[in-house]
Amino acid sequence: MIVEAALIGVAAGAVSGMLGVGGGILFVPALVLVLNLSQVEGEATSLLAILPVAAVGTWSQRRYGNVRLAEGFLMGTLAAAGTIGGVALVNVLPAHVVKVAFAVLLLFTAFQMVRRALAPDVPPARDGAGS
Amino acid sequence: MPRVSRNRRLELLGIGTAAGVFSGLFGVGGGTVMVPLLILWLGYDERTATGTSLAAIVVISAIGATTQAFYGNLHVDDGLLVGIPAIGGVLLGTWLQQRVSMRVISGLFALLLTALAVDLVVTS
Repeated sequence: MIVEAALIGVAAGAVSGMLGVGGGILFVPALVLVLNLSQVEGEATSLLAILPVAAVGTWSQRRYGNVRLAEGFLMGTLAAAGTIGGVALVNVLPAHVVKVAFAVLLLFTAFQMVRRALAPDVPPARDGAGS
Repeated sequence: MPRVSRNRRLELLGIGTAAGVFSGLFGVGGGTVMVPLLILWLGYDERTATGTSLAAIVVISAIGATTQAFYGNLHVDDGLLVGIPAIGGVLLGTWLQQRVSMRVISGLFALLLTALAVDLVVTS
């Protein structure tokens, strides 16, 4: 279990770093399918797993002058009501609705990746763990 | 830290609220929502939008995880076991990015996501 969890982290982190997609999009299905959490538990736990990645990402991007720290922290703080509302909502929705909605998000992200793969020139993603 | 004007606060409130709902619903950071809005609405360049969204994600994920803990859904051990090694993964990925074809990786990743989407729905 410990080894599996750590491998999920490294693999999801590596994809994040390469493609600039967020860790959560991989953390959630991995926590559900590999570690057998329920969908909502997977989503809850993914939020915690994102935290250290985003913190290190902020720190490293800041050295390149890519972070407007005051605006970023303010935006995150002003997001509190929405975040709490979103969590409350996911806790009252039927489990299968949450799963299907997440599957749609996965397909949307897959579509974006295909578009990027087919684009004439692929710009390197520089962020790592963006969303 | 520079002062943030009232108008800009309202804009950040709008973007943050949308990202927060998205984050709470899906267990992701919300960068998918914030990055394009910061670029299209507030005129950020792509790097700054991504970097600034990371700072917001630190706060959003902390609030979201705490709220989920009150619902009894948070597995702290699993979250840390996944999240801390992921830092090493990101460094590895950033290094690999300069050395492999992003076109191929993007295509493979799209396949993986599609398979995961099917798996999630089928196993439910």
